Amino acid sequence: MSGGVDSAVAAARAVEAGHEVVGVHLALSRMPGTLRTGSRGCCTVEDSMDAQRAANIMGIPYYVWDFSERFKLDVVDDFIAEYAAGRTPNPCMRCNEKIKFAALLEKAIALGFDAVCTGHYASILTDADGNNELHRAAAWAKDQSYVLGVLTADQINHSMFPLGATPTKAEVRKEAAERGFSVANKPDSYDICFIPDGDTKGWLGERVAPVTGDILDREGNTLGQHDGAVAFTVGQRKGLSIGTPAADGKPRFVLEVRPVTNTVVVGPKEALAIKEIAGNKYTWAGLAPVHPEVEFACHVQIRAHADPVPAVAQIVSTTAVTGIDGTVELRIIPNEPLNGVAPGQTAVVYVGTRVLGQCTIDRTVSAVPINSSSTASASPVPVNA
Amino acid sequence: MVVYLDHAATTPMLPAAIAAYAEAMGVVGNPASVHSQGQNAKRMLEESREIVATSLGCDPIEVVFTGSGTEAINLGIKGLYWARAPRQRILVPGGEHHATLDTVEWLAQHDGAVIEWIPLDDQGRIDLAAFRAAIARDPLDVALVSVIMANNEVGTIEPVAEVAALAAAHGIPVHVDAVAAYGYIPVDFRTLAAVGVSALSVSAHKVGGPVGIGALVLGRATTVEPLIHGGGQQRKVRSGTQDVAAAVSFAVAASALSAELSAAAGGETARLAALRDRVIAGVARVAPDAVLNGDPTSRLPGNAHFSFAGCEGDSLLFLLDAAGVSVSTGSACQAGVPEPSHVLRAMGRSEIDSRGALRITLGHTSTDADVDALLAALPAAHAQALRAGMADRVPGR
Repeated sequence: MSGGVDSAVAAARAVEAGHEVVGVHLALSRMPGTLRTGSRGCCTVEDSMDAQRAANIMGIPYYVWDFSERFKLDVVDDFIAEYAAGRTPNPCMRCNEKIKFAALLEKAIALGFDAVCTGHYASILTDADGNNELHRAAAWAKDQSYVLGVLTADQINHSMFPLGATPTKAEVRKEAAERGFSVANKPDSYDICFIPDGDTKGWLGERVAPVTGDILDREGNTLGQHDGAVAFTVGQRKGLSIGTPAADGKPRFVLEVRPVTNTVVVGPKEALAIKEIAGNKYTWAGLAPVHPEVEFACHVQIRAHADPVPAVAQIVSTTAVTGIDGTVELRIIPNEPLNGVAPGQTAVVYVGTRVLGQCTIDRTVSAVPINSSSTASASPVPVNA
Repeated sequence: MVVYLDHAATTPMLPAAIAAYAEAMGVVGNPASVHSQGQNAKRMLEESREIVATSLGCDPIEVVFTGSGTEAINLGIKGLYWARAPRQRILVPGGEHHATLDTVEWLAQHDGAVIEWIPLDDQGRIDLAAFRAAIARDPLDVALVSVIMANNEVGTIEPVAEVAALAAAHGIPVHVDAVAAYGYIPVDFRTLAAVGVSALSVSAHKVGGPVGIGALVLGRATTVEPLIHGGGQQRKVRSGTQDVAAAVSFAVAASALSAELSAAAGGETARLAALRDRVIAGVARVAPDAVLNGDPTSRLPGNAHFSFAGCEGDSLLFLLDAAGVSVSTGSACQAGVPEPSHVLRAMGRSEIDSRGALRITLGHTSTDADVDALLAALPAAHAQALRAGMADRVPGR
């Protein structure tokens, strides 16, 4: 129970469904703030009190469990390291993967619980053979199945998402008000919970020392200097401060961030289009496809609030690239090129409303060849980076 | 049946203290008023002050009622620091209660205080040699010394008289935090004042009185600057209309205490120590690798504090709570957000020991049946907590 409206209503519904429910608030910081600020939805003492008040009203016990050390290592430090490596991680996914449905679930099961119940907007449906599947929520605008894409079959078997069938968030708020929860009208949280003022760039800037480096074009020519590669994100246009204009006079965009060489690659907007993405770290959310090595039709979603796009996907061998026998990756080819793809993002693969699985993107292929000469340029992000 | 074994957090009010509180709240009159209702309130207040003074071995004029033990500690420490300006050094052991730690840290951040943390040994006892050396470095600049009489977490009884004597040799005032000690071991201000203690803090709700009233015993010869300014009540040290009903209720609890602690053969102290020793022996049978923290003999009679190996205190707390037994992890809490115990860390213990900490504290309502219930619930809770392990630990670290 974060102290927000969703987890409070989820807990209340679990109670009414006849489960024996205990409210648990995760202490994720050793030095929590006192009062809630802005659009952060957790982690202050006020949020903890909000959660406890909701637990009081539904008459369930409430405890705070300290996961601050795991959270720091697996989520906060990981977030910093991924940024420093030029990737764009999603810390909420990492928290689901490592904390809520891992450390918390393991502890809960050991203490005699059967499942972790959260206020995520997603559904668990059971197929004809009794296998649990993760699906999108009825409230598509609020659907959070993307950030749960990292869950494995075992984790899904021990999860409950009572809000999955509710068509709108407004209904959840209304129900919370009817139940007398003080959090019924608490603002939604959008920001990363451990970045106090929502200034992610500034927060990262204090933790990853910027070093001046070169800005290159796609052919490798130096166009100018930057103040630190990690401050740039793929697709960024402003703040490049390149003296000479492009030959064609068109604006240039960040195409790649290469932390190893501390360089930023820029080029025309068209070059942002990505025709292929792949990742060697992938999981299946429930039963794996019987023949994942055979290309199958799916939809791919690359950000929490991006639209899913039609694609084909398959597991392919990367032995020829890595030189190691048996290495594979999940390769996804969208029917139309994608914009705004950066390594480190998670590509979640859907079949209909079902979440089939996901990979962390570690390789992309631009839809536009360099000049007219060579073939597509693969981002030089090393496998297993 | 709910078994309450967290008496160090707060102990049940005595039924007589509740009755006296309720009755006194029905009496109108500000003790500062001149008319007869005011005089009646004043009489109730001062009778109460006399009874509390008796329980603490001090003169009634030396009892300054406050809103809590924490306020008393703040008044003792800040008041002495300000009165002793421009002296800057404050000598404090590292395992004090947060009421002391946060107060001296505030003085350091806002008012130029220089804090010298006195180390503890592995049983939580103040290192007297280090303390002596710290004073000797610059005795004239020491504003005050504050020391806990018995540690609220691990229960170790501190050598307060020795500390006071070392400070008194240089004319340094000593404040004693007796909140955890009061009601469990004799607290006699005259004896302590004779060796150099200037001020001493207690709280009513630790001894069967109400929450919301504490007291600072302030020796006649001691001056402190007030925290609160106003009508000049209580030696102009603590302004504000005095809470007669709370004082009356406090006095009922203090009076019961005086009777108990003066009883033959140690009375209540011996009874609690026997129950505590049953807890310690029982835990040793269930979890032979659990470590009893604090001094094994010179400890509060109601305190048994352990570090369990391979499991978390909050898992044990949860499982025992589910079995109807209320205990504590003994660490400071802010709206339930746990912190690793600074006391165990000050004793040189690892964070893992701190995470496995569990505090079981007995008090005036505790019985053999309570200990039986704890020891009956503990084996299953311990086995399950071990399976949950250190969920917040990263393997291999």
